[in-house]
Amino acid sequence: MTTTSDVPKAGFRPSQLIYDTRYRSLTIQVIAFIALMLGLSWLVSNTIANLSALGKDFDFGFLGQRAGYDINQRLIDYDSGSTHGRAALVGILNTLLVAVLGCTLATILGVLAGVLRLSKNWIVAKLMAVYVEGFRNIPLLLWILLIFALMTESTPQPRDFREGGGASMIFGDSVAITNRGVFIPAPHWGAGAGILLAVFLLSLVAIWAWRRHAHKVQEQTGRILPIGWGTLGLLILPTALAFLVLSATMGRERQPVYVTGAEAQMSLADYAAGPGAQGMNVCAVPGSTEALNLRRLMRSNEARFNLVAVEDNAAAIAAAEAGRCNIMSLPGSVDPATLPAGALALSDDIARGLPVEFERPVLGGFNFEGGLQLRNSLIALWLALSLYTGAFIAENVRGGILAVSKGQTEAAYALGIKPSRTMRLVILPQALRVIIPPMISQYLNLTKNSSLAIAVGYMDVRSTLGGITINQTGKELEGMLLLGLFYLVTSLVISSAMNLYNSRVKLKER
Amino acid sequence: MSDTHAQTVSYVRETMLPQAEPPVGNRDALLWMRENLFSGWLNILLTLVSLYVIWWALAHTMPWVFRGIWNAGSLSECREIRDATLPEGISAACWAVLGDRWQQLMFGFYPRELYWRPVLALVIFLAAIAPVLFAHVPRRALWFTALSPFVMFWLLWGGSVWFPVSIAFGFVLGWAAWRALSGPAGTLVASIVAALLPIVYWLYTAGPLARELEQVLALGIEYVPSQDFGGFMLSFIIGIAGIILSLPLGILLALGRQSDLFIINKISVGFIEIIRGVPLIVWLFTASLLLNYFLPPGTNFDLMLRVIIMVTLFAAAYIAEVVRGGLAALPKGQYEGADSLGLSYWQSMRLIILPQALKISIPGIVNTFIGLFKDTTLVVFIGLLDPIGLSNAIRASTEWNGIYWELFVFIGLLFFICCFSMSRYSLYLEKKLQRGHN
Repeated sequence: MTTTSDVPKAGFRPSQLIYDTRYRSLTIQVIAFIALMLGLSWLVSNTIANLSALGKDFDFGFLGQRAGYDINQRLIDYDSGSTHGRAALVGILNTLLVAVLGCTLATILGVLAGVLRLSKNWIVAKLMAVYVEGFRNIPLLLWILLIFALMTESTPQPRDFREGGGASMIFGDSVAITNRGVFIPAPHWGAGAGILLAVFLLSLVAIWAWRRHAHKVQEQTGRILPIGWGTLGLLILPTALAFLVLSATMGRERQPVYVTGAEAQMSLADYAAGPGAQGMNVCAVPGSTEALNLRRLMRSNEARFNLVAVEDNAAAIAAAEAGRCNIMSLPGSVDPATLPAGALALSDDIARGLPVEFERPVLGGFNFEGGLQLRNSLIALWLALSLYTGAFIAENVRGGILAVSKGQTEAAYALGIKPSRTMRLVILPQALRVIIPPMISQYLNLTKNSSLAIAVGYMDVRSTLGGITINQTGKELEGMLLLGLFYLVTSLVISSAMNLYNSRVKLKER
Repeated sequence: MSDTHAQTVSYVRETMLPQAEPPVGNRDALLWMRENLFSGWLNILLTLVSLYVIWWALAHTMPWVFRGIWNAGSLSECREIRDATLPEGISAACWAVLGDRWQQLMFGFYPRELYWRPVLALVIFLAAIAPVLFAHVPRRALWFTALSPFVMFWLLWGGSVWFPVSIAFGFVLGWAAWRALSGPAGTLVASIVAALLPIVYWLYTAGPLARELEQVLALGIEYVPSQDFGGFMLSFIIGIAGIILSLPLGILLALGRQSDLFIINKISVGFIEIIRGVPLIVWLFTASLLLNYFLPPGTNFDLMLRVIIMVTLFAAAYIAEVVRGGLAALPKGQYEGADSLGLSYWQSMRLIILPQALKISIPGIVNTFIGLFKDTTLVVFIGLLDPIGLSNAIRASTEWNGIYWELFVFIGLLFFICCFSMSRYSLYLEKKLQRGHN
């Protein structure tokens, strides 16, 4: 007797598409797909109809056109004659600049506040709670506006820094906080800067090798080598030594200052009063220590001059031949035959300069000159973003530390591990696993929030590509598309880095 | 044994001594201070530094706040009063601007004689949200909650009463179609019809129906255009509408992202990632600059409505990620248990999975809401008059030109109160829903 139940012989019936779970998911997906396609084609056809009604086309040719507007904050060369594409690039770099600066400061603030909020000290814990709650519960835009107003309304004007003006520079006359921005010393690179950089990079390699070696020794013999001190020493000592040696050898070298149309062995003061009276044009490589020292020499003689920027020494000689400048300084090693016709050395000479020197800002006519100007827009945006994101990071850090159970510390102590190593080897690795993923999404938020630059007039990518460029060319669709794409790619890159990290530190479960 | 001692050894005390007070330095406030403020040199240093910071901050702000001038008609008048009453060089806040312009900061340019309408709408909102927030309010009040959005809409914008009624009728239609079809035709057909029928109704019938009814019986209050909305009223409307609409959408997106259906899954993932990858301000500019490109030629709808739609979509993507976290945190056994009981997908979600997943996600959801409410300030960049936009407008007037801090303090304080109470409520809810044994 066979009791096998009959499999239904009937073939496929249309009603199975709805009632049979095997086919139903397919039906749902097909319906969803058709709806999606219908919706998309509706949007696209509307867009095409609207664009043609407005007489616009869809192309990205505007990126190659002349932009015609100035950008006051830029990391690469740009002027109003550059293209819209270049303006977008300047904006992107500005966005990335404030994002990197902000993430760094936010991490420092956040870790500090998160740890201090767990402190046993009651006042400090409460103070940090006030900081965190205050920044988390008030809109970022308000903070940006507040800090910007503070920077522009409550700081002294440059003219207040004159004698009796009531304001003074800080950090030994090297930093000036004014309502036009913060002026800080600017680095200049001199002879041997390349060697210095190479030494620094080599010391980084040496650190990596030392740590590897130390781990290997510990694995094989159990002997613990001083990793921390070794790293610190390798980081500082070779570079410092190289700096001292380079300064003592190349930095002390003097090099002559050449002028055209002068008599031999004239001093600069005489030249300025005599042949140079109708205009002194100085050829110099911007950012080099030679240019800095030349400028210092001119200033100490109270000579007025124009700066003609050139690429290198050969270009300076060519510029002098063409008559675009009459003063320059060349190293003593330059072949006298290649000197510009009629060029003679002055009796004053300058030092070639240390591998790296800092130029302090000094009060000029109406504003500070020299040094780096950090605009108020950048500073306000940077501080507000960092303080705001720092408050969120503080909560992540606090949560991460609390997430490691006390038993871990006690177990480590029971094994006889020192408190410092317990922190480094047991607690931190576990806390970091909890802290890092939300922290990276905070970095992502900070990068996206940097688009609030619009509130203070900082020229980020939204202000250049998504603002002035769109207004000038009328290419809203293309501009917004590119802008959205930039932010999207940035977020995807950051979040895929996060996923990579996550999968690396994930608890390995069997 | 101790008894024998007491009797035999004369120096053993026979009675218990009363408990002595701890020494002065080791009790009450002094002990607390020693333990919490001065327990080591690092601790003492931290205490001193933070005391200095607190003193510095208070010394710079408090005199300014408490010397504030409350009765003046303009900033220059404020300064005159200050110069007349205070010694030279001492600053004082000019709180008079709040007394002069608080109505604008609250309501924007909403007609002054109609202020009762937004206030009543807020009262209705608070009454409607009570049964959702607090369990001990009778369940029957939920009917009022379902009805309240239409009442609030009518109160705020005004116009004919038949427009919100005909819109609400669409929901009734969908619900009726679901009830009628889910038995005989199966849930899939029923849900498709219940989704499509109201849309068709809204597109083709709702408008004419409302006009017909208006002609039969004209019932309405004064219409207020969206341009007149502003201040905290605008923030509240955008924030609350965004919060209410984004939660269901976010849950659906999260379910879509967890779904096995390939196309549904990919659509959800794409939507979430694209929305989250781009800052809100870019979406708002898209809403104000580009939305007209995507709609049939000639359509032009309210900027405020566009903003609400964008904010809703934006918050929904974030909520979807938070809820996904909650769904992923549930043990697999819960899903398998629901399946083994023979529950359908929607039944298992509604009865087993979502109640637990949402409970886990509460802190994240409330954080998203707080973020959404704070982000309503961004609408200032596309020309809506939120509190910050109004503070610029007030500063642009001749009377109050140059006033910064007082307005910022007021706006910041109001935002702080709203956001802080939201986060406290989430803590309360977390505690209330705690079902663990700890």
